[in-house]
Amino acid sequence: MNIEFEHRQSAHCENGAVSNLLNFHGLTLSEPMVFGIGSGLFLCHLPFVKLNGIPVTTYRTLPGQIFRRFAKRTGIQVHTQKFRSEEKAMEELDRCLEKGLPVGMLTSVFYLPYLPKAFRFHFNAHNIVAFGKKNGNYLISDSVMDYTTEISPEDLIRARFAKGTAPPKGRMYYPLAVPTDIDLKQPIIKGIKNTAYDMSRIPVPLFGHKAGHFLAKRIRKWPEKLGKRKASQFAGHLIRMQEEIGTGGAGFRFIFAAFLQEAAPIMGDDWLKEKSTEMTAIGDRWRDLAYIAGRLCKGRNNEDETYDAIADIMIECAEREYVLFDELYKKYK
Amino acid sequence: MKKDNVPQDDENILEGKFGMLQYATDKDGNYVGIPSKGWEPENAALKQAWEVINERVEDARNQVLEGKASPLLFHMEKHLMDIKLLAEHVGFFRWTVKRHFKPTVFAKLSESTLEKYARVFNITQQQLKSVEEENNL
Repeated sequence: MNIEFEHRQSAHCENGAVSNLLNFHGLTLSEPMVFGIGSGLFLCHLPFVKLNGIPVTTYRTLPGQIFRRFAKRTGIQVHTQKFRSEEKAMEELDRCLEKGLPVGMLTSVFYLPYLPKAFRFHFNAHNIVAFGKKNGNYLISDSVMDYTTEISPEDLIRARFAKGTAPPKGRMYYPLAVPTDIDLKQPIIKGIKNTAYDMSRIPVPLFGHKAGHFLAKRIRKWPEKLGKRKASQFAGHLIRMQEEIGTGGAGFRFIFAAFLQEAAPIMGDDWLKEKSTEMTAIGDRWRDLAYIAGRLCKGRNNEDETYDAIADIMIECAEREYVLFDELYKKYK
Repeated sequence: MKKDNVPQDDENILEGKFGMLQYATDKDGNYVGIPSKGWEPENAALKQAWEVINERVEDARNQVLEGKASPLLFHMEKHLMDIKLLAEHVGFFRWTVKRHFKPTVFAKLSESTLEKYARVFNITQQQLKSVEEENNL
């Protein structure tokens, strides 16, 4: 059983899986396009939701959101299914592969032996695509890697039926009807508008640009409130959410900038290109922030590299992002 | 980020398996995807996270060797789990799992209970009873 499946590497697993699946069905869209139309960019700090005792900061929307929004906005029909029984989940997967359909699946990173050990935490929303079977093993396209790989059925079952927060429950999906010729203008507008609203207008301080100010205030208090060791762990968490595998750098800011750039010729609007440049500049500041946080992590910071310095950059980013997304929102209101 | 500034700070985090795709601009300001071998701050953050985990594992190992806890605690920490997650995996109540951390209780566990734990960790019952390093991760 062999399906002709073109594997393209991407920064983020969800965009990558979707973009590769659509490519198979004859619709070629880049990863930033999927990310932008699905309104992937976000900023959110939840002090009461903790991961290993550290409050969660995220630079993107919830797992699965990008795909759902993208499918809705482009009118692509997707079949999704979750399972109670491990056997049924694997049977259904086999059945689809038999029919020649590549299948997207939700898995836990912890149980994917082909990934480098350093990345294998219990994270339950990693998207991979199965596109065939060879000698009893499944052929896997994991879009964070630049080549395809294999996984044994036992490992795949463990990964698909991991427990914990948001268990994948064997979720799998594949597109049913894919138009090969889509007018991207409306979906792009919807995508931008959604992101712009989320970043500039949600009236809760935990979301969007407001989260930047909120988090900055808390960061200033970290060293005395938590002590040096714990504070540096919090800083480490910030970096990991921002830079770890799958963000394309700078907490998804560069992917979004790439999206705006790609959208400009489609919309026939060079103004979007300017906004892309601004987004890139903001992304560079996010990386400056990560650089200082990294020094704090190692305990090798000099006098200027303090928690206050991180907070200052974060406020700058939040303010600049507010201006940017406010303009975008007004434009497509 | 400029194309040439895409960091290549290789600290063997990726084990040489692949490069992470980063988006950066070329000389005309157009975005391109560039594989990166890692970035120093990110490597530092990842290493820090693993140091915390390894400390917990070592701590658990010592507790077991001192007879204060059963090997179950060690294996739980080794697999980055907490009581809640382990209980969910094995299908017991949390307080039941907690009880199994007592060496005396653990010593009396039935074959089938041990087998359940062993399957969660993907190890043999023999390995479950020891605190030796396992190489099945």
